[in-house]
Amino acid sequence: MSSAKPILRCDARQPESKQMPVSSTSSKLIYDALKECDIRLVSALPETWLVHLIRLTDEDPEMILVRLAKEEEGVGISAGAHFAGVKSAMLMQNHGFLASINGIVSFAHLYKIPLLMLISYRGSIGERDPWQTQGGNVTEPLLRALGIPYFFLDALETVKKRIRQAQTLAESSLQPVALLLTRDLMWEE
Amino acid sequence: MLRLDCLRSVYLELENCLVVTIMGAVAAELHSLGHRPNFFYLQHAMGMASSTGLGLALCLPEQRVIVFDGDGSLLMNLGSLSTMARYRPKKLLHVVFDNESLLSVGGFPTATSTGADLEGIARSSGIPRATTVRRVESFKDAVTAALEGNELTTIIAKVEAKGPAAYVTDLSLLENRFQFRRHIQSLKAR
Repeated sequence: MSSAKPILRCDARQPESKQMPVSSTSSKLIYDALKECDIRLVSALPETWLVHLIRLTDEDPEMILVRLAKEEEGVGISAGAHFAGVKSAMLMQNHGFLASINGIVSFAHLYKIPLLMLISYRGSIGERDPWQTQGGNVTEPLLRALGIPYFFLDALETVKKRIRQAQTLAESSLQPVALLLTRDLMWEE
Repeated sequence: MLRLDCLRSVYLELENCLVVTIMGAVAAELHSLGHRPNFFYLQHAMGMASSTGLGLALCLPEQRVIVFDGDGSLLMNLGSLSTMARYRPKKLLHVVFDNESLLSVGGFPTATSTGADLEGIARSSGIPRATTVRRVESFKDAVTAALEGNELTTIIAKVEAKGPAAYVTDLSLLENRFQFRRHIQSLKAR
């Protein structure tokens, strides 16, 4: 596999064909931190910034990767994993978070299910894709409205500690905790 | 065919399974037959019961898992069929009680009343075994065969749109949830 290559062509919806500078260094750091937290199941729906993370998950025989049709399924799958005593994480774009809200409220919140949600924060400053921008506007207000603690993954030095801390909080509080994957961390240009 | 009769016909076989139900009549009727610590009633989050069963089955591949789903709930999360089919855990049984109705909110007809075919959708989504039953004996036979088999199965049980007198049980949601998880952990410790 081309795991050493930081450049990947991966989004057919890009207005012009170009190379995607998704950071493989940051992705590897995030992945290793998840493993160190004893995460053994990851649900995911692909998006550009998550390609390396999904590939790392897929290639790891110790990890269960569940590729979803819609992100909300991941809430139920993580709940099942929690009942089974398996720690899990959800990889999604912020629009996938929007698509998961009923599951979060009427399952994870109602039944006190810990969720570790890694959400790529599209549509924020620096975003070139017009279709991502509205979701970018509402991501943080919605997280606040839902009472979901959220933190940023925005620098290599703090990734490992923040993931550990978010996972610890999700487990101790039995609730969803979000980590927003920022452009500064995920995009190399 | 009544859902309650279906549930009663297989109740004894549920003892060694992890059981996840949807909200409403399914939860109330199974509970009325006698609650057990291996039963989890998902009293909201329509559509998520099958995903929960999939999560359990993927993490506990040796454990029998049964989801009691409904037409209204499954129609809200049809993608779950394709996700289950993609990973097809061998010991997951997905039962859908299809009363062609959103019964607990007043009996509004669902799309299965106008021709949507959940067995066909399950089959076309890649579920290896999908069947429809209309009699209690066939229901019991289909469940028994699936529990003895080793293949992801979806059973569509066509039932009357009749529910229990009351939908609320005396089991609190959180009590059920913590008891269910503790039960699974005790199984793992054995």
